[in-house]
Amino acid sequence: MKKHLLSAADLSRDDAELILTTAEELRSLADRPIKKLPALRGRTIVNLFFEDSTRTRISFEAAAKRLSADVINFSAKGSSLSKGESLKDTALTLEAMGADAVVVRHWASGAPHLLANAGWSRSSVINAGDGTHEHPTQALLDAFTMWRHLGDLDGRRVAIVGDVLHSRVARSNALLLQTLGAEVTLVAPPTLLPYGVDTWGVSTSYDLDAVLPKSDVVMMLRVQRERMNASYFPTVREYSRRYGLDGRRMASLQDHTIVMHPGPMIRGMEITADVADSDRSVIVEQVTNGVAVRMAVLYLLLGGSEPAVGGAAHELSGGEE
Amino acid sequence: MPAPNPAASDAATPDPSEAPPGRVVLDSRDISRALTRISHEILERNKGSQDLVLLGIPTRGVHLARRIAANISRVEGADVPVGSVDVTMYRDDLRMRPARTLLPTEIPSGGIDGKVVVLVDDVLYSGRTIRAALDALNDIGRPQAVRLAVLVDRGHRELPIRADFVGKNLPTSLAEKVAVRLEEHDGEDGVSIR
Repeated sequence: MKKHLLSAADLSRDDAELILTTAEELRSLADRPIKKLPALRGRTIVNLFFEDSTRTRISFEAAAKRLSADVINFSAKGSSLSKGESLKDTALTLEAMGADAVVVRHWASGAPHLLANAGWSRSSVINAGDGTHEHPTQALLDAFTMWRHLGDLDGRRVAIVGDVLHSRVARSNALLLQTLGAEVTLVAPPTLLPYGVDTWGVSTSYDLDAVLPKSDVVMMLRVQRERMNASYFPTVREYSRRYGLDGRRMASLQDHTIVMHPGPMIRGMEITADVADSDRSVIVEQVTNGVAVRMAVLYLLLGGSEPAVGGAAHELSGGEE
Repeated sequence: MPAPNPAASDAATPDPSEAPPGRVVLDSRDISRALTRISHEILERNKGSQDLVLLGIPTRGVHLARRIAANISRVEGADVPVGSVDVTMYRDDLRMRPARTLLPTEIPSGGIDGKVVVLVDDVLYSGRTIRAALDALNDIGRPQAVRLAVLVDRGHRELPIRADFVGKNLPTSLAEKVAVRLEEHDGEDGVSIR
């Protein structure tokens, strides 16, 4: 039985759709005077962040608090983590504190898997981004945003543009969107496409202008210069001329096409300000949807006696009905 | 897409697709008469339709609330706001089963502050669903009064809760199951017991 959310690949189509429909119900909570539901009262959720993050941590914190859980924030800076404590000792500490779930962001790919599977603790582990590997809740909130704008994602064309090599968002999105029936095209310079991308089941292109008119969704990625240890492109100017989304390129999009960005965005590099602030841009809405989607994930993993997504729970509840 | 968990209404409505018909206690016309009477009783008690808000408990309570609202607007010529309130997250047995699918909560645009809220459900049994609904209302607003309308009251209360408007009092044993079927959800109207 899976009680963790480590990879977008763990989710079946039914799981993903259950999360989206649950998020849809939870989204209306934002319009109510009392933004609180009692589902996780008395449960403790630890936000364990080894890497800087503003929106993801705040989003998880808001989601957990709206479900009445107790939230403990644990960031690497200014804690014993910066003194060289190992992941194992941190996990044992959290276990001793009685954490029901650990939301983990780590600079090393695979850290959440280790935390979940090493037998150090009994908590549910939710991957909030590990290295250049995965960021499943970001993919879920992106899919949710697309689903609200475009309806069913079957056959929809999604272009993911930019620094795919360093992007956990791109990988999780590629996995999840294919599960939901969408066709994904990764657009990047050859140097920024990861090795083995041909096994992802997605198409790739080096030519943004050819892909844009066919796309229903254009997702721009930030160029992650902090992870770059070599020259992947000659100059910023050349990158943004070939792979940036500006007003001219936006004009070639279909009328219903939406523009997304997982944030933080660098205006003037991968996206110009007029595109980011245009009517097509759903970037701010992605943040709102992030809270609803994370509430759905937390509720479905922790709300009942066992998780409702990702495994044995289905058979069990199916039998009862 | 996974089917919504039907266990949301007091465990009184077993899976309709498998349930044998059992003994029919209310047919379509009985249900219609009971709802007409309930509609009049609500209006009589409230001295008209002003400030009324009908909130059904999903799934079948919402359909019943809509029918009552249609009756009221026929009699009074005024539309009554109808909504739904999902009690899943407020249930006292939430932790005892796998996390359940949420059902729609739709609060009419006027809200419920200062209104007379009539909760509508199909079967009143232990009273735990209604307790959960009262808790849910507490997080939504402060009604002037809350009343309860049910199609069937089958007894066996576990909490000090009673209905203000009852379609039919149906004495049952704990071993029996009451199945409510409604046209909008099940393709036909009927209440049976087995």
